[in-house]
Amino acid sequence: MEIIKTTKLTKYYGKARGIIDLDLTVRQGEFFGFIGPNGTGKSTTIRTLLGLIAPSSGSAMIFGKEVTKERETILQDVGYLPSEALFYQGMKVKDVLKLSTDLRKADCAAEAKSLCERLQLDESRRIDELSFGNRKKVAIVCALQHRPKLLVLDEPTGGLDPLMQKEFFDILRERNKDGAAILLSSHVLSEIQRNCTRAAIIRDGRIIACNSVDELSKTSAKRITVHGTVNLERLNGVRDRKDSENSHSFLYSGDMNSLLRVLSAGQVDDLTVTEPDLEEIFLHYYEKEG
Amino acid sequence: MTLVKHELRQGRTAFLIWTAAIGFLLSVCIFLFPEMKGQMDSVNDVFASMGSFTAAFGMDRLNFGTLTGFYAVECGNVLGLGGAFYAALCAVGILSKEEKERTADFLLTHPVSRTRIITEKLIAVLIQITAMNIIIYALSVGSIAAVGEEIPWKEISLLHIAYYLLQLELAGICFGISAFLHRGSVGIGLGIAAVMYFLNLIANISETAEFLKYITPFGYCEGADIVSSGNLDGAKLAVGAVIGISGIVIAYLKYTKKDIR
Repeated sequence: MEIIKTTKLTKYYGKARGIIDLDLTVRQGEFFGFIGPNGTGKSTTIRTLLGLIAPSSGSAMIFGKEVTKERETILQDVGYLPSEALFYQGMKVKDVLKLSTDLRKADCAAEAKSLCERLQLDESRRIDELSFGNRKKVAIVCALQHRPKLLVLDEPTGGLDPLMQKEFFDILRERNKDGAAILLSSHVLSEIQRNCTRAAIIRDGRIIACNSVDELSKTSAKRITVHGTVNLERLNGVRDRKDSENSHSFLYSGDMNSLLRVLSAGQVDDLTVTEPDLEEIFLHYYEKEG
Repeated sequence: MTLVKHELRQGRTAFLIWTAAIGFLLSVCIFLFPEMKGQMDSVNDVFASMGSFTAAFGMDRLNFGTLTGFYAVECGNVLGLGGAFYAALCAVGILSKEEKERTADFLLTHPVSRTRIITEKLIAVLIQITAMNIIIYALSVGSIAAVGEEIPWKEISLLHIAYYLLQLELAGICFGISAFLHRGSVGIGLGIAAVMYFLNLIANISETAEFLKYITPFGYCEGADIVSSGNLDGAKLAVGAVIGISGIVIAYLKYTKKDIR
């Protein structure tokens, strides 16, 4: 079952580009990564899916329902974690959690208590006194306490220390195992690589790649690391080159025979050829498309 | 009614401060009256010789020596301006503050329709304005009784009803404006209330500008008119109601389709 499905989803802010002809599908039980630098349209996509902004054209469906027409029904089963967690001044954590459950007309007290304990969040603290990381924890509890079928996470780990990040992803994996679909928008590509089954890369408001994380990693590009003396100047298809004394590392997407000829003409002490990590894949896609 | 309760809690401090300030100033004015009553002949002469200034505040048609005349001018200004500022501030920020304080992402990603948000926020504004007026009315009547004066029920009630309606109209206008704002709103609210007040002063001074009384809600709150006629001007009230309700309708039309960035 498709949990999220956008078809030619487009949003312009006046003449400024938001997203263009975005086709995106997230299926039930999927942990889906959404990758792209700032200003490429990730937040616009998320805000359109949540009904915060109206699309200029195209459609966005969640749980098979049109976002623009059945927003309230959809949001009943959606948990959203914004990149910046901001709440009403003067309230205590427990008041914010209560407000959230009251707005959902649900009793989530037991789940909220369990999440607060796991995230070490003191419910009696005032929001104004909380650090950025602790405010993020409040937002996490608000997003998770009603056990939503879809979690939309926008840069979720900013402000969380490594231990809390681990606990947070443990909770997410549990929810995912229980059947929740997760849309994770992140700059931290290792987060996507570790947790997501599929991912999409967005550039200038358009999806430029969408596949399983394993498939995305299987590009023709390889990370080549050479120890020794070689002349790479005439070699085509070299990117992200890092040279140090007697060592060269680069992403290579050119002809393998040419590479072997260049290497055999030099003095090679050691050679490693590895699959690039997602960070490198991401750069590869950006440079290729650019 | 979750949002109504939430808004009332959020606005509690401002409500208490404004209600206490206006109530205190009104009571002080009333408590000063017995002392001033004996000197009113000379005070009336002074006010009568101030030309346009006298007309601007309607003092040319009111007898300062009576509690009703005194209340209509002195207390009318306190309640009129104070109430107008509070109503404008209360309404102009009620929708826009969610974007200004960046809490819109929290509120609008809950399963609550925008129409319900607007309605509950509007109800919260109306409750606060109504509660403030009831408290101030009770304080005024209590203060008049405390200084031993006979309570002119009809005039006092009409004046308070007029100012209450003024506040509702201003709140309606500012509520409509609030739907368009993304950021600062305090200056706009105070500005609208102040401009409306001065439009009425201009209308009082110049006969050619009398049409302004149909634009500003202060036009139907003129103490001199209310005390002398013993009723409120239905035509001006009707225009005011249309303007206020239009503001509310515009808020619904705009906010239900607004992009929250």
